[in-house]
Amino acid sequence: MLRVSVWRGGAEGSLESYEVPRHPSQTVLDVVTHIQHHLDPSLAYRYACRVGMCGSCAMTVNGVPRWTCRTHVDKVAKDGALEVRPLRNLPVIRDLVTDMRVFFDKWERAKGHFEGAASRADDFARVPPETQDRKAVDAGIECIGCGVCYAACDVVSWNPDYLGPAALNRAWTLIRDVRDEKGLERLRAVAGDAGCHACHTHMSCTERCPKHISPTAAIAGLKREVLKRAMDGSL
Amino acid sequence: MSSRGDTTLWILQRASAAVLALCVAVHLFTIVYAVRGGLSAAEILGRTRGNHAWFVFYAVFVLAVAVHAPIGLRAVAAEWLGWRGRSRDVCAFMFSALLAWMGMRAILAVFA
Repeated sequence: MLRVSVWRGGAEGSLESYEVPRHPSQTVLDVVTHIQHHLDPSLAYRYACRVGMCGSCAMTVNGVPRWTCRTHVDKVAKDGALEVRPLRNLPVIRDLVTDMRVFFDKWERAKGHFEGAASRADDFARVPPETQDRKAVDAGIECIGCGVCYAACDVVSWNPDYLGPAALNRAWTLIRDVRDEKGLERLRAVAGDAGCHACHTHMSCTERCPKHISPTAAIAGLKREVLKRAMDGSL
Repeated sequence: MSSRGDTTLWILQRASAAVLALCVAVHLFTIVYAVRGGLSAAEILGRTRGNHAWFVFYAVFVLAVAVHAPIGLRAVAAEWLGWRGRSRDVCAFMFSALLAWMGMRAILAVFA
């Protein structure tokens, strides 16, 4: 049996204990699902794909933000016990469900959407895989938007305006996209105390990212790019 | 402050850090070297009084401190105390002026 404490309630609430049977290759999401199916149907949590693609099942497991569908109980349980809480740095709606609006609003603030100049009448853009710009974002474009980095980031907890690792990583992948036309505007959006310059390079995001992306490297890239543009006066 | 203003401060802090890295190294090396045979006020003044090279060196050192420290404190104020906005920036600027004034006063005292 596994002893599981789960956060129940909203911003105010408490941990509730459950006993869940152990199974081989059991994931933390399996555990939470078992609780809802067999012990307490009122438990709220969020998931969709169960295979590490959708980025909706992230929770805090024994104090560490993780994607629960790909986190094995064997790896994270301490003395047969699990503590599952909602992600840090985001408002709790209920139980394990956080309100991720602020997280995605910040992607918008970082101009995290593609804006090209080509129309459908134009030919396909060709982006050779071996070019520097493309290689710089090979890892970064794999982001699934799970919010683990955002929950892991201390700067977010100190500065609620800080755009956070995921939004800055997204901005970086677009700035390196040769088809995108809004690079300078995006750099202006991510420069400053609420943007890339607030990063302390603690690397918690890089440590915790389940896709092994380094938002820290993306943020360092943004700092370099901003510096270049500030020096030539175009920022 | 605007993102361009923030960026300028960030660049100034990084640039002043580079200057300080050099100044602190020279400063510490000089201390260690100078006290080998004992240290007296007369010896220090003998080295610094009328020495234009030392004057310029320490003037650069003091100005780099006056740029570097308040920008860092400004970030600490925001992140640890939640103190942002104009009042914080004015205080940081006043602290910068205080550092520059105290530092230059000390340099002039051993130069003149």
